[in-house]
Amino acid sequence: MGGNSPCASCKLLRRRCAKGCIFAPYFPPDDPHRFAIVHKVFGASNISKMLQELPVHQRADAVNSLVYEANARVRDPVYGCVGAISYLQNQVAQLQMQLAVAQAEILCIQVQQEPMAMPSPVVPMDGSDDKSFLLHNNLPQYFNLASNSSNVTHESLKRESFFGHDMVS
Amino acid sequence: MSSFGRCAACKYLRRKCPQDCILAPYFPSSNPQRFACVHKIFGASNVTKMLQQVPEHLRAEAAECISYEAIARVQDPVYGCVGIITQLQQQIVQIHSEIMKTKGEMVAHHSAHPQHHTSPQQQGDPSQFISIHQQEQNNFQSDKHLSGNF
Repeated sequence: MGGNSPCASCKLLRRRCAKGCIFAPYFPPDDPHRFAIVHKVFGASNISKMLQELPVHQRADAVNSLVYEANARVRDPVYGCVGAISYLQNQVAQLQMQLAVAQAEILCIQVQQEPMAMPSPVVPMDGSDDKSFLLHNNLPQYFNLASNSSNVTHESLKRESFFGHDMVS
Repeated sequence: MSSFGRCAACKYLRRKCPQDCILAPYFPSSNPQRFACVHKIFGASNVTKMLQQVPEHLRAEAAECISYEAIARVQDPVYGCVGIITQLQQQIVQIHSEIMKTKGEMVAHHSAHPQHHTSPQQQGDPSQFISIHQQEQNNFQSDKHLSGNF
């Protein structure tokens, strides 16, 4: 960010905002809280290193996700956004059970009505993706995340989504 | 911890591991990669501050979550844990839609074969399913932009 107004990072760090400042595009001066919170959780130099390792077109999304994680960690210093992950994993498990029950009911109905008919194929529920380790390996059991401070994070998930576009491509 | 039995953090930072090292209980020397990820993403001093701010009986869980987030960010430098959350939300929407489809098929079956006796639980009131669907959709609104202000 050139001109007279340093970006939020350089303002907070009390340094000159150079023309090619890596933070400037993502931390405008009118939102000082945004940089303050990522600096508190991750540290400016770590953020700078992370951004430098990314292609320019991915840096905005990276900053947005870092801001989200930093906010989650400040609100819930124990579980951060991992509380939300645990909550969603529980939701997935419950819904998968409901789906299995519903599919079993359909099967029973079909068998009762047409004993010789072929049942509908069961829809596979496990998706494969790059995050298979972290998605399918639920958090260790000693996380009592069902009833704790992560309720705050759950509420945040109910109020907002992450980006205006589909992040996962 | 004695000077020759340093924790992963102090080994990585090449410093003496004091008896009251705050990181030692949560970053044993048997798993150096874990601390390496945490240090790369958060930094040792930030992690120390975070653990100091948490009551001692919760520090183990805090350290686990911090490690989880760090590993997620190392594996996905753009989205980290947020990518996992997004995928889980999409998975929920998909499974929910399968449930609604399956329950719709059940209702259709009951309508087509009303003479078959079904239990009260199987008799579907479509409006009940729709209201449940709507409630769960409301839980994960996807039409608002992420705000940095919480």
